[in-house]
Amino acid sequence: MNSNSSKEGFMAQALQIVVCAGIVPDPLQTLEPVTGPNGPGLKNEMVLPAVLDPWAACALYEAAQLVTKNPGSKLWLMSLGPKAKLQQVMMTVGQKAAFELVPIYGPIGGFPDAHSTAAALAEAIAALPGLDRERLLLFGGWESATRGAGVTLQLVGERLGITNQFQGVDQITLREDGSFEVLERVEGGRHQVSVCAGTPAVLGWATGNLAEPRNNPQTGMANMRGIMPALQKAKHVELAANGLSYVSVNLPKQQRETRVEKNMSADEIASELVEWIGAE
Amino acid sequence: METILVLTHVDETGLALTKASMEAVTAGVELARQHTATLTIGILGPASVEAATAAAGAVAATGARLLAVSGEAFAQPRYATDAAACEALCRAAQASIILAPGSSRFVRVAAGVAHRLGGFIDTHITSLSSNDAVDATRWFYRQRVEAVVSRDARPWFLLLDAGTHAAFAGESGVAQVEAVAVTLPAVRTAVEGLRSPMRDAQTIRPDAKLLFVAGAGWTKKQPDGQIHVAEAGELILAFLRLSGASLGSSKSLADQKAEGSDGEQSVLPFLTHMNQIGQTGSTPRHAKGLSTCCHGEEPHVVGWRFIGERRAISLDANCGWTRGKADVVYVADAFQVIAKVNALLEAHTG
Repeated sequence: MNSNSSKEGFMAQALQIVVCAGIVPDPLQTLEPVTGPNGPGLKNEMVLPAVLDPWAACALYEAAQLVTKNPGSKLWLMSLGPKAKLQQVMMTVGQKAAFELVPIYGPIGGFPDAHSTAAALAEAIAALPGLDRERLLLFGGWESATRGAGVTLQLVGERLGITNQFQGVDQITLREDGSFEVLERVEGGRHQVSVCAGTPAVLGWATGNLAEPRNNPQTGMANMRGIMPALQKAKHVELAANGLSYVSVNLPKQQRETRVEKNMSADEIASELVEWIGAE
Repeated sequence: METILVLTHVDETGLALTKASMEAVTAGVELARQHTATLTIGILGPASVEAATAAAGAVAATGARLLAVSGEAFAQPRYATDAAACEALCRAAQASIILAPGSSRFVRVAAGVAHRLGGFIDTHITSLSSNDAVDATRWFYRQRVEAVVSRDARPWFLLLDAGTHAAFAGESGVAQVEAVAVTLPAVRTAVEGLRSPMRDAQTIRPDAKLLFVAGAGWTKKQPDGQIHVAEAGELILAFLRLSGASLGSSKSLADQKAEGSDGEQSVLPFLTHMNQIGQTGSTPRHAKGLSTCCHGEEPHVVGWRFIGERRAISLDANCGWTRGKADVVYVADAFQVIAKVNALLEAHTG
């Protein structure tokens, strides 16, 4: 696979890309579920260090590269979360790619209903000034690191009437005629290859193949001029439960009694492993 | 009273239901029995009515009503056609609960179909339980928090994770399939086929009993001060061939590119991001897992949630695996151990 998962070998075309990306706890943090008056959440959730959702971040980097290579293109980053968290995360993300932030204030975490989240995102996208929805490429992660349902982006697409949708995307290759080839992950470590006649389309990204961009202070400074005003005027949304209720929320039993073998020879270990591998 | 629809689809032959579909059928049969509910099975994807009837034979013993959407336009997985077909099947079944396998085909469209029907969806369901209501178990935060959810809104779509139910194993019979007509939507996407990124071998084997995970230590300097990437690749591929294991990778290894490849090629040429296990990788299901040259930090280990027995080979006696994440940790050189293991496996296979 080419390392540039967003590829093109043709004349540039102006793109309009909206990336939907949530805010998630840093993966290194210890998570402890708690139940409050509004349902389940995480203990000390508001003070846990947060990052941009990892798969959605891949989508952002792919989008940024497409925009860079196609002059006249525009990139919006839409994110729903608490103001303080959005502000914190955008300080870092803003140094990695040039975008116009569209923040929406709402609850944090994986427990709110995806359908309500999708409704809020779709409404905000439909209201974006200057967006030509016929030219829209709607990007995001194929799953979040919070709810992990992999449904929000599809629901947004349906609400916007987009019926060219792709999930688990690792590569998009734009073509001169406006069509594009998409590689989607399917079972057995393979990709399904599809060619879409053109926008609008929804692409839920897997990892793609781009490395995380380095922080660029100049990009950060330029972004900040838009990010701060956007954070000032963002709207707050309430997310309905849509009949979803939580019977229980628990941490799994994950601690094992580990046997640490420091003095076995390679031969002894190999014998033990072969026996273990063969055992039913 | 609930009315249950199990959505299924055919495999690449077009003549048989996928294993994951058969697992969803089992879940549907069990749920229907618990709720004294009517059961319908919808089949998506056969190229013809005859092919649909052939595929349906495997679930004839359920006694369920059988519906199918067939035709060349529906033979390939694609959002526009699959969504239209699933919507038609759901409307024909008038189901309150729709079960489906969490296959790439249904993951692509199920949420959209739920929206079209005014319904709701929950995915990655690992078990279903019933009292008066239907409760579904799923994971949040990348397999770090487990929750049981319920909904009183209908229709309710539930996508089941593969491997969470036994495949339906009733006797095959002659099926009576009702063809469901679908108005073909505008199709702007052409499916051109499947492509494997593996250059040398297919290393991802979902049905393997053993997951073998390679970490970045394979590409680090060894005791002789040199890097032995080629040898590492040979050892790993030989192990996969001899053991039948599926290959997983840490992110740090999957991210590494070979020198002089202009960022084109992974340092181990048979490795891609699809092998990656963990926070931004997959969470496969295997009976056993063997980690090699990997630190066992939490973002990686969350991908091991559904691995039964876990062992690790690491030079670091304080690595994450030793802190209750593995059953056995061998503090040893994986190059030496895997070479010995391969020799033993080679001798066993004769």
